[in-house]
Amino acid sequence: MIDAIAMNSRRRVLTGTALSLSTVGALALLGQTTRAAGSVAASPNVGQDVQLLNAALALEDEGIAAYQIGAESKLLTPDVLKIAVTFQGHHKQHRDDLTAAIKRLGGKAVEPKTQADYAKSLGTASLKDQAGVLRLALKLERGATNAYLGLISSLDQSDLYLLAARTASDESFHAAVLGNALGEAIPQKAPMFG
Amino acid sequence: MKLGHLFWAASLSFLIGESVPATAARSATPLPTAPQPPPGVPTRGAEIYETKCGACHSLDANRIGPKHRNLFGRKAGSIADFHYTNALKRSGIIWNAQTLDRWLQNPVAMVPGTAMGVRLSSAQDRADVIAYLRQNSR
Repeated sequence: MIDAIAMNSRRRVLTGTALSLSTVGALALLGQTTRAAGSVAASPNVGQDVQLLNAALALEDEGIAAYQIGAESKLLTPDVLKIAVTFQGHHKQHRDDLTAAIKRLGGKAVEPKTQADYAKSLGTASLKDQAGVLRLALKLERGATNAYLGLISSLDQSDLYLLAARTASDESFHAAVLGNALGEAIPQKAPMFG
Repeated sequence: MKLGHLFWAASLSFLIGESVPATAARSATPLPTAPQPPPGVPTRGAEIYETKCGACHSLDANRIGPKHRNLFGRKAGSIADFHYTNALKRSGIIWNAQTLDRWLQNPVAMVPGTAMGVRLSSAQDRADVIAYLRQNSR
């Protein structure tokens, strides 16, 4: 099963603004319609949205790596491992959605770091048991939910609002499942995020 | 005074039973001052930092965003081993309570071209997070 979720260990080359093509040129290459090209080119803030989406993409890459590290840790029971792999699959779909959106805007998607980099920055060497893995995953999922909700008001392209909101919903679902697995009490106060 | 302002001032005076002329009422009104940020509570800030900033940041590791220990007094974009946007590197911002409050309200407006889009809309949340970050600076 772990082989089935083999990591992409390409070395990240973070690229500043990550805009390598003009918007119109990129859309032409992608075969977008004239109307779509016009609507994107009309906004002066496309580059800003690319920056924000690339930060979200980096977040997804980190989440994918975290689940990979958890899956390879041998700390998870088979049932929990199955859930972790499923959640990782959701994050891969988020990654692909964000990458497509960045390309549609004429930007270049950032590459992931190495798994060793993620392990170091997340401090995964200190994970000793399944609860520790789940607590890390819960922290990342909760944070990601808030991050996507907080991002919406900064995005310029209105069609990206749904992408951010939809992804936030997935992250909150993950957080709810993980919180339940850890025996956390249901929050008494709403809103729980944002 | 514009005609519209005169109308509203006169109407308000009438509604609240004032008999002073509208112009006199206006001159007696204190000038608006910038609202003072609420006092921040570091322990509350730690919780907010974990749940709302923790997806991308931590105190001691560069992740999606740069590490935050000793942030106060630091020049924006100056952590050597973190890849910042050009926009932030060129911003000239020095992080303190005032600049952080502006930044957390709307980073894209403060530094167009930044990769950070997450906002903290609550003044109390911002004050608490800033107090936490101050506590974790030298």
